[in-house]
Amino acid sequence: MKHLEDSGHVNSRGTVFVCEGTGCISSKSDQVRAGLEGEIARLGLAEAFKVKPTGCHGFCQQGPIVHVEPEGIFYTHVRPEDVREISESHLRDGKPVERLFYRDQVTGTPIPYHRDIEFYKKQQRLVLHNCGNVDPEDIDDYSTSGGYEAVRKALLEMTPEQVIEEIKHSGLRGRGGAGFPTGLKWEFCRKAPGEEKYMICNADEGDPGAFMDRSILEADPHSVVEGMTIAAYAIGATMGYIYARAEYPLAIRRLRIALRQAQQYGLLGNSILGSGFDFDIELKEGAGAFVCGEETALMASIEGKRGMPRPRPPFPAQSGLWGKPTNINNVKTLATIPVVIRQGAEAFARIGTAQSKGTAIFALTGKVANNGLVEVPMGTTLSTIIYEIGGGIPDGKRFKAVQTGGPSGGCLPAELLDLPVDYETLTQAGSIMGSGGMIVVDEDTCIVDFARFFLTFTQAESCGKCAPCRVGTRKMLDILERITRGGGQEGDIDKLQQLAETVRDGSLCALGGTAPNPVLTTLRYFRSEYEEHIRNQRCPALACKDLVSYYILADKCQGCMICLRNCPVGAIRGDKRLVHVIDQSKCTHCGTCLDVCPPKFGAVTKVSGEDIEVPHDPIPVKSSK
Amino acid sequence: MNQELAEILAPYKGRRGSLIPILQAVQARLGYLPEEAVVQIARFLGTPESEIYGVLTFYAQFRTSPVGRNLVTVCRGTACHVRGGARILEEVARRLGIKEGETSPDLEYSLETVACLGCCALAPTMVINSEVHGQMTTKEAAALFSDIEGEGQG
Repeated sequence: MKHLEDSGHVNSRGTVFVCEGTGCISSKSDQVRAGLEGEIARLGLAEAFKVKPTGCHGFCQQGPIVHVEPEGIFYTHVRPEDVREISESHLRDGKPVERLFYRDQVTGTPIPYHRDIEFYKKQQRLVLHNCGNVDPEDIDDYSTSGGYEAVRKALLEMTPEQVIEEIKHSGLRGRGGAGFPTGLKWEFCRKAPGEEKYMICNADEGDPGAFMDRSILEADPHSVVEGMTIAAYAIGATMGYIYARAEYPLAIRRLRIALRQAQQYGLLGNSILGSGFDFDIELKEGAGAFVCGEETALMASIEGKRGMPRPRPPFPAQSGLWGKPTNINNVKTLATIPVVIRQGAEAFARIGTAQSKGTAIFALTGKVANNGLVEVPMGTTLSTIIYEIGGGIPDGKRFKAVQTGGPSGGCLPAELLDLPVDYETLTQAGSIMGSGGMIVVDEDTCIVDFARFFLTFTQAESCGKCAPCRVGTRKMLDILERITRGGGQEGDIDKLQQLAETVRDGSLCALGGTAPNPVLTTLRYFRSEYEEHIRNQRCPALACKDLVSYYILADKCQGCMICLRNCPVGAIRGDKRLVHVIDQSKCTHCGTCLDVCPPKFGAVTKVSGEDIEVPHDPIPVKSSK
Repeated sequence: MNQELAEILAPYKGRRGSLIPILQAVQARLGYLPEEAVVQIARFLGTPESEIYGVLTFYAQFRTSPVGRNLVTVCRGTACHVRGGARILEEVARRLGIKEGETSPDLEYSLETVACLGCCALAPTMVINSEVHGQMTTKEAAALFSDIEGEGQG
């Protein structure tokens, strides 16, 4: 700690930032903030320290997060009862609280400064730069960090055509998944004939496993409002809609606040900044349908109809909402716009790869040490993201696969870890960039069950319009369910392959077009695991419930009764000091016995495709000591 | 007809694309969408009831039967799945004695699932009455419902 005291920053005035994103609030960060405010007042430090709520850092796993600037001390897992120690020891006496520092996931060393944490160090936070650093409910705070400069520049110094040119030059492509060049999309809409045009922000982040849109909306809603206003100016729209997922109540609340503030400041409404350009935004709450992330379905939903996609052409740029030319961009795309305009297209285009410019934001989750939002230049390798930023696979487990792009994406194996990630490389590998979900799985995840999981989702979310999607995903799911239950048949793999191709080629929209990807990629990279299930009724990951059995090992069981008492179906027989026996005919494979067996005994074992020799009836336990 | 409904509907008069916001507003007030409400909305909008049913059954958010006083939503997102979300759902269902999509006969609990809460870094997660609970274990999930009769430990 010596270097901290030497740095001389510790006692300087500063700001205490408390994350109030959905994740941190769930661990009581709102109470932490109130506590800090109270303590600071009590200690007479109100002049020296300001407490500021922020939105999501994207590092929710470590929450609640509190950081003190300008010194950069970063606290994790802060609980209301820690507030007094932080205030007295750190804020008053200048001694930061080491026990709340982030600990390196590999070495366990406490790390005081966020700039030294591997998770942040390797990132380039271009779009997420405000997340965790500005108060999302305070427009002045956003302005202080350069907010609304871009809209000023675009509306007062540039023509719509110049704005479009700038975005085209930047090479920015749609961050919603498809990667269509944003400037070109704007140009189509600009050139479409018609007086009345609409600008829509797609904030219907439905991909399970992706939460960057939620984080941006909760942490930096004004960046989206600003991006939308610039886009509307470029295409010539006077009315805009944000279509946001109802499952994100905090994001919706902060968006409403942001819209109201922007209206009060004249940044929305008539003649914005005196430019003569009129634009306003209305918030529409989605009602829970994944397919509404598809642009034509989304527009149908705004119109109050069932959210079902329709054939394109006509593209929304020609005939969109209420039949008028419409432009739709994703939250991340729009949050990137102010950055491009402010820093210039060339600076932006210097980041990334030849065809994919700028940064990509991933939601890194699953079996990886650091879970959270990761923003890196396009072209960063999977291994950099998973091992250097993510800290690798915890608990001594082995990496098995990384799933990118959500239910529309694919599962990539260890051989592809050196793949530099951009739109093209992921597509070539059979996956997609998608909305940026990146879920790491280890040896405990069954690949067939994983494919089944995604199909369950897409099958349920298929709107039912196209038969190949409606019926095909159901048929694929039936086969996958059968395989994971031990009823796989020879020929199932070929059937899956055929169905997958039919669904992919025969569906109107991207939901059906990409729904088979999880199956196709797992068949391509993990075929032997399917075969093992089908031919030997064995699940190598010990994950498929119907293919595993639990046994109590006679030489380890101490007859403690814990598993017996906890078994929900009464399948365990035994008594004090008698080896317990599981009645395999009653067992529902729930795994409770394995969970509750004290680790020092380790008497319950889980196997697949093999029988374990155990006593038929309870016998006295071996006197081990 | 129903005065309460009429008050909810009034601000939407003449606004296009208002069916979904109307359904959301009515459900927010009544907890679900009873048949009488659908009939009245249909009259208000001049739209056939069948069309309104078509829309409300399309979206996961809408319910046509009352919801329990406590709403438990278990996340079935990918990160939650990988970290054992299915077992959390099983445990909660067992504790509450109801399946996914059901409400207990005493209207005390409803159990639902959601495709993703967006709290993936805290997987597995669930929401009880809009309070998010993250990094759940089956034990912790059970403990949240330990006051429910029937199951002893927790």
